[in-house]
This record gives sequence, structure tokens and C-alpha cells, in this order.
Amino acid sequence: MEFDIVSLSRLQFATVALYHFLFVPLTLGLSLIVAIMETVYVMTDRPVWRQMTKFWGTLFGINFVLGVATGLTMEFQFGMNWSYYSHYVGDVFGAPLAIEGLMAFFLEATFVGLFFFGWDRLSKVGHLATAWAVALGSNLSALWILIANGWMQNPVGAAFNPMTMRMEVTDFYQVLFNPVAQAKFVHTVSAGYVTASIFVLGVSAWYLLRNRHTALARRSMAVAASFGLLSSLSVVVLGDESGYLANEHQKMKLAAIEGMWETEAAPAPFTAIGFPDQAARTTHHVLQIPGALGLIATRSLDTTLPGIKQLVDEAKGRIASGVLAYDALQAIRTARSVTAVAPAVRAAFEANGRNLGYAYLLRRYVADPRTASPAQIDAAAWDLVPAVAPLFWSFRVMVGLGFFFILLLGTFFVLSTRQRLDRHRWLLWVAVLAIPLPWIAAELGWLVAEIGRQPWAIEGVLPTALAVSSLGVAQVALTLAGFVLFYSVLFVVEMGLMLRAIRKGPQPEHGLPAPAPGGVAHPVAAE
Amino acid sequence: MILHQLIDYETLRLIWWVLLGVLLIGFAVTDGFDLGVGALLPFVARTDIERRVAINTVGPVWEGNQVWLILGGGAIFAAWPPLYAVSFSGFYLAMFAVLAALIVRAVGFKYRSTREDARWRATWDWVLFAGGFVPALIFGVAVGNVLQGVPFRLDADLRIFYEGSFFGLLNPFALVCGLLSVAMLVMHGAAWLSFKAEGVVAERARAFGGVAALATILLFALGGLALWLFVSGYSITSPVAPDGPSNPLLKDVARGGVAWFANYAAHPWLLAVPALGFVGAAAAFLGLRARVEGPTLAASALTILGVIATVGVAMFPFILPSSVDPRSSLTVWDSSSSHLTLFIMLVVTVIFLPLVLAYTAWVYHVLWGKVDEAALRDEAGHFY
Repeated sequence: MEFDIVSLSRLQFATVALYHFLFVPLTLGLSLIVAIMETVYVMTDRPVWRQMTKFWGTLFGINFVLGVATGLTMEFQFGMNWSYYSHYVGDVFGAPLAIEGLMAFFLEATFVGLFFFGWDRLSKVGHLATAWAVALGSNLSALWILIANGWMQNPVGAAFNPMTMRMEVTDFYQVLFNPVAQAKFVHTVSAGYVTASIFVLGVSAWYLLRNRHTALARRSMAVAASFGLLSSLSVVVLGDESGYLANEHQKMKLAAIEGMWETEAAPAPFTAIGFPDQAARTTHHVLQIPGALGLIATRSLDTTLPGIKQLVDEAKGRIASGVLAYDALQAIRTARSVTAVAPAVRAAFEANGRNLGYAYLLRRYVADPRTASPAQIDAAAWDLVPAVAPLFWSFRVMVGLGFFFILLLGTFFVLSTRQRLDRHRWLLWVAVLAIPLPWIAAELGWLVAEIGRQPWAIEGVLPTALAVSSLGVAQVALTLAGFVLFYSVLFVVEMGLMLRAIRKGPQPEHGLPAPAPGGVAHPVAAE
Repeated sequence: MILHQLIDYETLRLIWWVLLGVLLIGFAVTDGFDLGVGALLPFVARTDIERRVAINTVGPVWEGNQVWLILGGGAIFAAWPPLYAVSFSGFYLAMFAVLAALIVRAVGFKYRSTREDARWRATWDWVLFAGGFVPALIFGVAVGNVLQGVPFRLDADLRIFYEGSFFGLLNPFALVCGLLSVAMLVMHGAAWLSFKAEGVVAERARAFGGVAALATILLFALGGLALWLFVSGYSITSPVAPDGPSNPLLKDVARGGVAWFANYAAHPWLLAVPALGFVGAAAAFLGLRARVEGPTLAASALTILGVIATVGVAMFPFILPSSVDPRSSLTVWDSSSSHLTLFIMLVVTVIFLPLVLAYTAWVYHVLWGKVDEAALRDEAGHFY
């Protein structure tokens, strides 16, 4: 990768987004788990549940603050590094971000203070309400962010306005109920719930292995295993829905994830293992499951799935159409009015306007897309193929981890219903060692979604290369280095605090026996 | 959707110009005292327990307050996309410094209390100081530069080209604005501490706050004078189409003279706005001396309202003038979102902003009362 302004800006965005996304999944899930625990406390009045609420709440708080701090960068990042993007789609994309702040983040951030500081100032039910307000706020936050992101993947309900040179909302309802956004929302929050469940499960397993805080650990594991099992099933189901929708709206992403260069006869096989070769435009040494992909992506046996080469061929037509739109746009711009131009020009713009973004793909090769040679059009069409190998592998590792989480959480769910959580010590070790895995899966999921969208910032509308701010390479390199430095220091501090808090364990709670040295396990039935 | 035709485009743009002000003032009034307390922290509180008193006056609320800034960013993105695009990419390194300060501030609040170690805590105290002082200064410097015009131009595709540098931002007029911003927020932080803290912390805060209130009056007057003498204003010279398309290049702009005072000359009653800034700061000064708490905080908030609104009224209809290509300047009439988006965002705001204000008020009500050292010693664990 050459370090021009586009690749540096992309690297910076990926860095701050992936970093932010280290904290978000845990916030989403742990806020809900803490609220569930406090609900049990309020309903049963057993002090151990209050202790659990406070203990996991403390870990939630350490994580939450970095989620907020890194989220701040996200809110300003578009304007700072992607100013043409901000101008070009702000009319559509800005709205969900603003609504997120107003409807969700205010709720979450206002009540999180009360959650930690209000134990003595609120009634039990009042405090429980703050816990649910925080959980609701976090999850609503994810909804609006994914409505924004869903629109980048599937830009519905908007049209290009030649007078303002940007996309403008035509139907807000479509933006809201964008099927891609809805599937992404459920898939992402479920992944967050799994992350938090495995975190709670792993930390509790460590306590059981050490024979510490066993009453708290058992109950926490029971909550985590049941909540996590449901969530992990939901992740896979909604991941499948995403695959189905990708075929409808982002055929190239799907073909690239599959390393599927040629169009396969229906129903297409699923390539379990293979080695994609971008230069040779083929995938070596494939191991395929017949028919599986066709079923997942089309839910039918007789719909053909287009391969990468076919999609590239089809794109050449769209680039040609985009050039016609570009030509009409120049005339409209000179006339300073849509109505002042000849009807033929207006008709040409209306017919080809939706392909305008494809003409912009040529900007990499020529200043004026109308002067592009067939070879340049061919090259621009091939630019539409994202990096296949990273997509192929990220996707497979993510899916593999997803199925492992179902197995792990299912096992502990069964063990917890039989009250045999500590029967197999090696299983407890597996739970401890599994703690980092959901983060890996979540980060890979982000990579699949966003690398798969390349070369577009907005699918089919605005190429990433055009979306950047006209900044100096030195400026972006400086802030990138700054963010990496800052974030790394904070990450180390955060991990240190997290580990300290876990090692220290829950605080003694009024009404609970002080933890006996050596830790006597409380029989579950007795409480 | 035809519903949005209920309110015409011009009116919506005006409403969103007012709401832009509401968000900026909301941020400066709420998170402003958090920033002020941060900037005052090493001076009003010397021992650890004193510093904990100061920190815990804002401890439960700073997170919610900071959402005003995040919402401000989001709302500018949604309602004024060109403003979002030009200002954040233009003030690139300054924005980065603000982000860095706010990030470490957020972490500082939370992490300072997790260890008893004196050096650990002293480090975070300075982080909290920088986290309050730096954003306060930079926001003021940014406003100072906006008043002078920012060196950017738009090309025919409306791509943005910024021609200034980070150090170009630090000119004398902008620094006066930056110091005014610091003085104003320090006064506000002091009024908050006087309202919320007990004992020696509140005492010292009143002393610092009095000085800051006087500095606010002086710097506000100095800034106004410098604006009159040294800063060229901007005015639109072509016919204005308040419901025209959001394309800044469709107008002509002249730069020069005391155009920033034209609105006040045309409507002298608007002078009540800057007057509010002066009167508020004077009242805050007297209130701090007389140990009046609630009204002093209100006076300090009104000062902020007056000062920020003074700038907005002076520049109207300009939002972000361009010094190198005045035609590219962003104004209320050519830099907004579409008619439909402004309408949708207004509906959302009308529903949710009162709700936000209501539950924020409830949270402040629950947390009502002073933070004192005794409470911090008793209730270990529920405080920073």
C-alpha cells in the first residue's frame, strides 16, 4: 500500500473505528447483563445479586469510559478526514448520527452517572430504572449508528441533487427501515451480547478455578450462559440474513467473500477452504460444499449467483452510463439550473443519474471521465473487486468462532441447569481462554463489512478515494501516530485496571457473609 | 412526503440557525462548568481530599454534559453538512488537540480514583487540568478565526480546499477570543464549585471566580473593540434567495468594513444581547463576593448565552466566511441540509430535546446538595 492521503485516511479510520469497537460490544452486552442482574436483585431481594450488579457494573464502568472517549473521535472523524464525504452525503448520513446523540447517547450518558453515584440516593426501583436506561440508551445508540452504516452499504431513499452536488433524502422511511441496517443492527448487538456473556463466563470460570467468590461466579455464569446462548443463535441467524441481503444489494461483496470468480450454476457451492489469488483472478485448492451458498444467499435452488468476472463485466455498462450522467451534470451546472437545460440533457441525467458514482471511479485515471479510454474503463471496472483474500479468511474465521460460541455457551448452559458448573476443570479453562475470542470475531466482522464495501465509501454512489479531505499527508500521519500512541497507552491502562478489579473481586456486601478464606461454595438451592 | 412543506425552507433554516446556537450554548453552559472545574482543579484544591471534592461536584454529570458536544457535532453534520465538512477538516490539528484533551479528560475522571498512589493521582490531576483548559482555549480561538474568515475555497464540485495552517490560527485577535472563552468558563466553573462544594474549595473558587468574571468583562470589551477596529466583516452583495439550493457558489460576497456591526446598527434592540454578556458577568462577580449561590450560577450561564449569541447575531446570515474566496463563504441560506432533512430533524428535536431536558433536570434534582469531605470519607466506593 502506498501512503498517499487516501490510504492514510483509511488506515486512520480503520484504526479509530476498530479501537472504538473494542469497547462497544462489551458495553452493549454488559449494560444489559447488569440490568438483568439488578432486576433479579429487586425481585428477590437477595444481596448476592446486588453484589453481582455492583461488581459487573464496576467492570462495565471501566470499559464504558473508553467507549465514550473513543466514540468522540468517531463523531468528528467524518468532518476531519472525510470532508467531501460529509458534504456529499451529510444530508442523509448526518441525520441518524444526530438522532443517535439526541435519543440514545444522552439517555445512556446522563443515567450512567446516576447508576454509579445514585446507590444511596435512589429507591431500589429507581436505581433499577437507571440501569435499564443505560442499557436501553446503549442499544438504541447501536441502532442509529447501524442505520447510518446500513445506508453506506445500501443507499436507499436518497437521490443526487445536481444543484447542490450532493445526495439528498427523498424518503426517510426507507432510510430508517433499510433491511440491511435492520439485519446489521440485530447481528451487531447480538454479537455484543455474546462478547459480554463470554466475558462474564470466563471471569466467573476463573473465580471457580480459584475457588473464590463462588456464589457470585455460579450465578453470573448461569446468567451469562443462558443469555449468551440465545444471543449466539441470534448472531448466526442474522448473519445468515445479512448474507441473503448482501446478495440482493452487494453482490460483489458476497462474491469476494466467497472467492467466487466465475458464475456458478445454481445452487452455487459454498467454498469452505481455498486460497484466493487476486492477481491470477482465481481461488486455488478449493474444498466445496455443494449447493450450500446458493441456499444461503438466494434461499432457492435455481437462482444463479454471479461471479466476480461477470459482475466486473456488468459494471462496465454502468460506468458508461455514469459518464453520460456526468456529461449531463456539467451542462446543468453551467446553466445553474435543472430546468434551463435542453430536455434531452435533463432526460439523460434522469436516466443515468444513479450511475454517476461509477463515472467518478474513472477519476483515478483521468480528470474528466468523458475522456476515458476503453482500457481505463476496464481498469476502473476491475477496481470494483475488493481485496478477496482478507475478506475470504476474515469471514471464515468469524463464522467458525460464531459456531464455537454456540457450542461453548450451550455446554455451560446445560452444566448450569444441572448445577455442575465446576464438574470439568478443563472446561472452565476453556471458558477463561475464550475471553478474547469474541473481540476477534467482532473486529473481523467489521473488516468483512467495510473491506467488502470497497472501493466505495457509499456503495455505488461515492468512491472512497474521492471522499477524503484535502489534507497534507504529514497532518494525517501526525494525527494517526497521535491516536495510535494515545489509544495504546489508554488500552494498557484500561487492561491494567480491568485486571486489578477482577483480581480484587467483588466488594463485601451488607447482608452477605464475608468471603471465607479458601472460599466455601454456597449450594445454589440454599439461596 | 409532503408534510415538510408545512414549514417553508427559509423558516426551517432560521430555526436551525437558532438551534445551532442552542446546542453550542447548551454545551458551553453544561459541559462548560466541567471544563472550568478542570481548569481550576490544581488551584482551588491542594490536598487529595479537596481535589476529590472538586472532582465529585461534576463526577456524576460530566458524561451527560459532554453529550451536548457530541450532539452538536451530529446536529451540525445533519443540518449544516458544509459547515461540518469545512470547519472540522480546516481546523484539523486544533480539532485533534480538542479530541485528545477530551479523551484524556474522560479517562482521567474515571481512572484517577482507582488507585491511592499519590503520583498516579497527581498525574491525572494535571490531565484533568489540561482536559479543561485546552478545549476552552481552542473553542474560543476557533470562534476568533471564524469572525476573521477562514482560508478555504470550494471548487465547482464543492470540494473543500483549506489553505491555512495550524499556527495561522494563533493570531492576536483569536487569542483574545480564546482567553475570553477560558475566563468565561473558569468563572462558570467557579460559580458551580461555589454552588456545589463545601469549605475551602468553595472559598478559593469564589476568589478565582471573581477574577475570572472581571477578566471576562475586560476581554469581551477588548474583543468587541478589536472587532470594530481591526477585523473586516463580510456582506452578501448579490440578491439573496433564502429558499435557494444549498450551494454557496451561487452568490457574491464582499469583504471589508465594519459589516459585523451592521445587524446591530439596523436593529439597535439587539444590543441587549452583548449587554447580557456584560451584565451577567458583573452580576456573577457580585454574586461570588456576596456568596449567593444559585443566582450566581444563573448569571454566569446568562453571560455565556450573551457572549455566544453576540457572535451569532453579528455574523448573521454568515456562519463560516471564507477569507481567501469570500464567494465560498457559508451562510444560513446556502449551507443547510435539504428542506426535508431539516424538517425531519426538527420533528425529532421537538420530541426528544424536551425529554432530554426533563430527565437531565431530574438527575440534577436527585444529585441535589453539596459535596463535602465528610461524605467522601464515609461513602467510599460511590464516589470518584
